[in-house]
Amino acid sequence: MKHRYLPMTEQDEAEMLRTIGAESVEELFRDIPGAVRFEGVLPMSGALDEAALLKHMRRLAGRNADFDEYACFLGAGIYDHHIPVVVNHIVSRSEFYTAYTPYQPEISQGELQAIFEFQSYVCELTGMKVANASMYDGATALAEAAALAAGATKRRRIVVSRTVHPEARQILRVAARGLGLEIVEVGCAPNNGTTDLTELEAAITDDTAAVLVQTPNFFGCLEDVRAIEPLIHARKGLLVLSVNPLSLGLLESPGALGADIAVGDAQPLGIAASFGGPTCGFFAVTEPLMRRMPGRIVGQTVDSEGRRGFVLTLQAREQHIRREKATSNICSNQALLALCASVYLSVMGKEGIRETALLNVRKSHYASSLAAASGTLSLPFTAPFFNEFVVKLPDGADIGTVNEKLLKAGFIGGFDLGSAYPELKGHLIVAVTERRTRDEIEQFIREMEAAL
Amino acid sequence: MKPDKALIFELSRPGRAACSLSECDVPELDVASVIPAGMLRAKPAELPEVYEVDVIRHYTELSRRNFGVDNGFYPLGSCTMKYNPKLNEDVARLPGFAKIHPYQPESGVQGALELLHTLQNDLAALTGMDGVTLQPAAGAHGEWTGLMLIRAYHESRGERRMKVIVPDSSHGTNPASAAVAGFETVTLKSDERGMVDLEALKAAVDGDTAALMLTNPSTLGLFEERIVEIADIVHEAGGLLYYDGANSNAIMGIARPGDMGFDVVHLNLHKTMSTPHGGGGPGAGPVGVKSKLLPFLPVPTVGRRADGTFYWDGDRPQSIGRVKAYCGNFGILVRAYAYIRTYGPEGLRRVSECAVLNANYMMHRLAPYYDVAFPGVCKHEFVLSGKRLRAFGVRTLDVAKRLLDFGYHPPTIYFPLNVEESMMIEPTETESKETLDAFVDAMIRIAEEAETDPQLVLNAPYTTVVKRLDEATAARKPVLNCSCG
Repeated sequence: MKHRYLPMTEQDEAEMLRTIGAESVEELFRDIPGAVRFEGVLPMSGALDEAALLKHMRRLAGRNADFDEYACFLGAGIYDHHIPVVVNHIVSRSEFYTAYTPYQPEISQGELQAIFEFQSYVCELTGMKVANASMYDGATALAEAAALAAGATKRRRIVVSRTVHPEARQILRVAARGLGLEIVEVGCAPNNGTTDLTELEAAITDDTAAVLVQTPNFFGCLEDVRAIEPLIHARKGLLVLSVNPLSLGLLESPGALGADIAVGDAQPLGIAASFGGPTCGFFAVTEPLMRRMPGRIVGQTVDSEGRRGFVLTLQAREQHIRREKATSNICSNQALLALCASVYLSVMGKEGIRETALLNVRKSHYASSLAAASGTLSLPFTAPFFNEFVVKLPDGADIGTVNEKLLKAGFIGGFDLGSAYPELKGHLIVAVTERRTRDEIEQFIREMEAAL
Repeated sequence: MKPDKALIFELSRPGRAACSLSECDVPELDVASVIPAGMLRAKPAELPEVYEVDVIRHYTELSRRNFGVDNGFYPLGSCTMKYNPKLNEDVARLPGFAKIHPYQPESGVQGALELLHTLQNDLAALTGMDGVTLQPAAGAHGEWTGLMLIRAYHESRGERRMKVIVPDSSHGTNPASAAVAGFETVTLKSDERGMVDLEALKAAVDGDTAALMLTNPSTLGLFEERIVEIADIVHEAGGLLYYDGANSNAIMGIARPGDMGFDVVHLNLHKTMSTPHGGGGPGAGPVGVKSKLLPFLPVPTVGRRADGTFYWDGDRPQSIGRVKAYCGNFGILVRAYAYIRTYGPEGLRRVSECAVLNANYMMHRLAPYYDVAFPGVCKHEFVLSGKRLRAFGVRTLDVAKRLLDFGYHPPTIYFPLNVEESMMIEPTETESKETLDAFVDAMIRIAEEAETDPQLVLNAPYTTVVKRLDEATAARKPVLNCSCG
């Protein structure tokens, strides 16, 4: 058969078989026993020519409500931020995207330097000493942070706030089962939207490896990290903070707040929402924890002629050396998405990141003030927030119905909290990024009221 | 000597900016009135101040200092560095795929759900499995997910089996994944032909065996000819068979893990299904299972209703839970789906035939100059040993560095561990005979250079932007960021 990705001609095949000394291609599979040979045609989707495939893919894509056509007020971990056009141009350079992990540093200096700069960006934003080359996403990075903390403290108990993203806590529970860790969840303070500090203090024991807190938390609220930090450090456990990297343009860094490990998802930094993935987790630690970090790490060095260069380093930590003694099995990173984040931060610069964070604060607070003034919607939580907040609908309102009506009106509505927090039935999280205009915000609040 | 390539931080000049900020069309607000001072950043993050041309030139220059499949032949064994089709890149960027949110109402994402549902079915058919989760983000993530499924299966039967058996030729992630899933690893020595030693396997399995993890074809590029007997031995002891799909590019449409007796399988979509490696990621590592493991699959999967609509199916009370946020690496899944549809089932079979033909051809041409570790037919890759060059003081590392001067990415070196001075070569199906011949000629020339002028090889590379780098100092005195702030 002819195919545009396959160069094999009949003549090639004949010449190659002659060199091999085989009569047919079939002969090259003689080592596969007949009992396990597949005969017939696999029951899979059929082949399409290029034009037909493009048409088919556009048809599938066309059946999804995208952010170009709909104003998105949905957040809860994935956000509709503006992506500067240069980001896509740079990550579309195939020298980057068609390369593998930079095993041969002499011909991979571009990727290695890009990762070194990503690590530098993460350290600068988080105020931490060292960062790795990235993780699958923010949620798995949090689970890896728990594993690191357990290993470093030789303790088995992990205390996590219920204000941490519900899916991150689900992943944490599966990871903890594998590693034999105990997970203790701590609730939310009444009417405040942040971790209950009394309950937290009671949950921390001398066997607690770490406290895991997210800020801004799943409800959008800012946690009082300055009050949390002494509670865990008094018991010689570690403080793990999961943060929104864009918020760090404005908010105090995890390093300055006393975090031992800072993680998060870089999606707000120029990475497409893409139905939730791929994104990019970041992972940063204090210096004493450096050699316990999971994942790839790039370091600076010199070549045999004294030129600056970069290599994968500290590999003694990694699975391919440690095999069954490894504490993490990750053997890749999200290099291309880390590149998105680096380009985004290069574009934003020192002023731009702060201004963008500020725009998020201003627009979300404008939206919350309209909701508060609406008469039908209310704001149950009092804690300060960054770019998303919880709205309570009148009793009896069904969020699914409201969101379907909003969709018809051109809006992607908020996240239904009742699914993950039964006590918050009738509550939703509304996210307002810098992309939302005043008109969209005002109309969204009006449509939400009308949908009730 | 050219000066060092600048870091983006070193290009910074106060007052420059590359961003175009959104208009602030809402009332001004003093941030201190809504966020307490103690929560605000005391010191700004010292990001570089550059303008758009700096950004473009900086990263364009970095890209020119990098080597991908589009730059040239990349026969990195076990990594399946095949051509990454451009159509897949284009369709993944369609707004209807790239600009959608995982929590949107199902009615507004029917196209995305249909794609995922079809992909689940196609991958199940390809591997001979009964169900698939698309959540895992990478091969290693898939391994761990599969082992957690195996653990849940045994626990549901009241058994806490502790042992996972891996061959000594296995990838390092296999034992590492077993460890983080709470298992102990038993390493199995290969026989002299590089195959699983059946007697050793019989001695290793017992009532505490949870699973045998196998890559088939193996990391040595060899098909385990006695796979049926291997499966029987493990199953008779009550254990399960795990298939590491790293090497499935050799067998699409020819043999299916499900028919070989495997119970759980992961696929690396960034290998077999052509999605780009991205410089180290993102990838995707879907996991397929036989029916007895279906109750434990991660939630949600995508279901199809009788009326033809698609939905998130989270109704699986015995599920191990969730292994990845949202629905996995959707953008990668879109590319993999597009790849399947460029070939269809008969095309995929031809892909594997061409991959195997290419590998056998190269192995035969190179056999007079390097030692073939395991003679016979290979599958998609083969292992050479560079041990005979040691007589001239030249090692496999030096051969790899010399290949850089010929414009090639070298093969995987020093893996697998059970072959000395090993080179693992995987040409893939998307390379032409001329490309294979030119690479083989370069390898032959290097073997001759090693004999006649070893210094030439030992001092390579000559043509790259940096020469060999001091990795020891990098690890001893780590400099892991530029601390420009």
